[in-house]
Amino acid sequence: MVHNNVGVIITLLVIAGGLVWLLVRSFRGKEIDRRVIFLFIMVSVAAPLLATITFKFTATPIVEALYDKIEALPEGSTVLLSFDFDPAMAPEVQPMANVVTRHCLEKNIKIVFMCLWATGQGQLEITLDQVLRRDFAHKIDGVDYVNMGYKAGNEGVLNVIVTDFEKMFPTDVNTTPYGDIEILQGVNSCKDMDLIVSFGGGRPGIKEWILFVGDPTGVPSAGGVAAVVAPQLYPYYPRQLMGLLGGIKGAAEYESHFRERHPNHADMDTPAIIMMGPQTIAHIVIIAFIIIGNVLFFMNRRRGARS
Amino acid sequence: MKRQIPLALVFVFGLFMIFQYFVPHEKSEWVYEFLLDWILVIGIFALALGIWSLYKVSVDKIRARKENWAYSYVTLFGLFVMILFGFTAPNGESWGLYAVFVTTAILTILMIIQTMVAKSQKGLYLGLAGLFLAASVVIAIFDGAWSFHFYTAEGLQNYWFRAFFDHILIPILSTMFSLLAFFIASAAYRAFRARNLLASLLLISALIVMLRFNPYLQPIMGDYMAKTSNWLMNVPNLAAQRAIVIGIGLGIVATALKVILGIERGYMGKG
Repeated sequence: MVHNNVGVIITLLVIAGGLVWLLVRSFRGKEIDRRVIFLFIMVSVAAPLLATITFKFTATPIVEALYDKIEALPEGSTVLLSFDFDPAMAPEVQPMANVVTRHCLEKNIKIVFMCLWATGQGQLEITLDQVLRRDFAHKIDGVDYVNMGYKAGNEGVLNVIVTDFEKMFPTDVNTTPYGDIEILQGVNSCKDMDLIVSFGGGRPGIKEWILFVGDPTGVPSAGGVAAVVAPQLYPYYPRQLMGLLGGIKGAAEYESHFRERHPNHADMDTPAIIMMGPQTIAHIVIIAFIIIGNVLFFMNRRRGARS
Repeated sequence: MKRQIPLALVFVFGLFMIFQYFVPHEKSEWVYEFLLDWILVIGIFALALGIWSLYKVSVDKIRARKENWAYSYVTLFGLFVMILFGFTAPNGESWGLYAVFVTTAILTILMIIQTMVAKSQKGLYLGLAGLFLAASVVIAIFDGAWSFHFYTAEGLQNYWFRAFFDHILIPILSTMFSLLAFFIASAAYRAFRARNLLASLLLISALIVMLRFNPYLQPIMGDYMAKTSNWLMNVPNLAAQRAIVIGIGLGIVATALKVILGIERGYMGKG
């Protein structure tokens, strides 16, 4: 539901007025300059951010599957979260990483963090700052969570950790030896994880996790990816990929679902829900431009047939 | 021999990697894991090669004064500064002579680059490089406020490393990615037109999926739009994606066989 009606109405009126004007022009057969399109996109993205338009979302089955899986894990389970993305994907993927990390910590699930992307280490630090160190400061490094850091080697890393985790990660990022890390006692390989979640959108990413780890070991695998990648992962759902957060919409659904069911996190940051405002308005504008483009196309075709 | 040895190696190891999959024996798995270690070692060498390649390409560009050559200095500055920050961290509250160390280290690298690109006065630049290097080494030895951390992640917590990552890299990459919104809108306006039946089907499907993401329309459309969109994603999209995945898989098998049998030799640098 819309929470800021005034902001919505003003934003929609400004954009709708402009679009109607462009539609009228298109009936006269006039093309739209691309700079006008750019201007509309800029307004449709900026205005909802300034007016803070937010919505409440209902989780789709593919998102709810991951939520339910984490919810059903008993306390003390071990979840592997892999940060396989870079700052370019961060606006879409970071909110997913944050909310899933928060959910695991809230459920007292042990987390093993790692990265297959060099830039993932920086993104992981952001999640640790924004979620773990801020709202779960009592969690102990090495006991409740561990940061194994980045390892070069892409699929090669996965091929090794599927049978021997210590071989690839002899220490965590703080050089604590594997054998001295409490959370990893009893964890010999990825087979000992209760759930694997990869956040990314490139290669290596969730697809490689499924092919090299999830499928051969049978460990439930899930992911959070940029919207453009999500359709490519549908063939793996639900047998090989038990849940998927696709783009900012998936992240917003998860945030909304989690906040609703955990009222003690009612005031948590919800970047995905906030970013859905600009995306929603921008989608409406793009749809309007597609309609205007088609009106223009048919008008020109009719004129061509007459002449 | 220059051709035969790589071909023989590819043939032997390629065949082994195929057959070991069907031989779940301890020794077979040992050899497999041994080869995986080699993949990682080669991967790390590739990383070093990549850094060297970036350095060489940038220096060549500066030397030849190619178009936008000045930006290569920015590339090299970013490369070396991030390496420097990533391996150093303060030991306490004070930064000591860290700023002077970073400046002299960067000037050393700059002078080395100038030695490589300059057409004259190479000796002067080399001398200056030596001077700045000596200054940075002296500071590194005697300044106890900060230290090098080659084996731990303390450098990644370094304020300057985080600042460059958070306030330069993230905004730059996010901006590049977000520009897509503008181009997608412009492209959708020009290309998404109902020219024929197939284009019309694509257009309608795209509109339904986009409308499905729109919370404004949920009260109006109810579950109908969500169900239609889910059907589009789970049936036609899934079928097409599976076909693509299977096609790619078969293509990979065919290409791998061509490489193993020595028909495809592009990996050796000459077709």
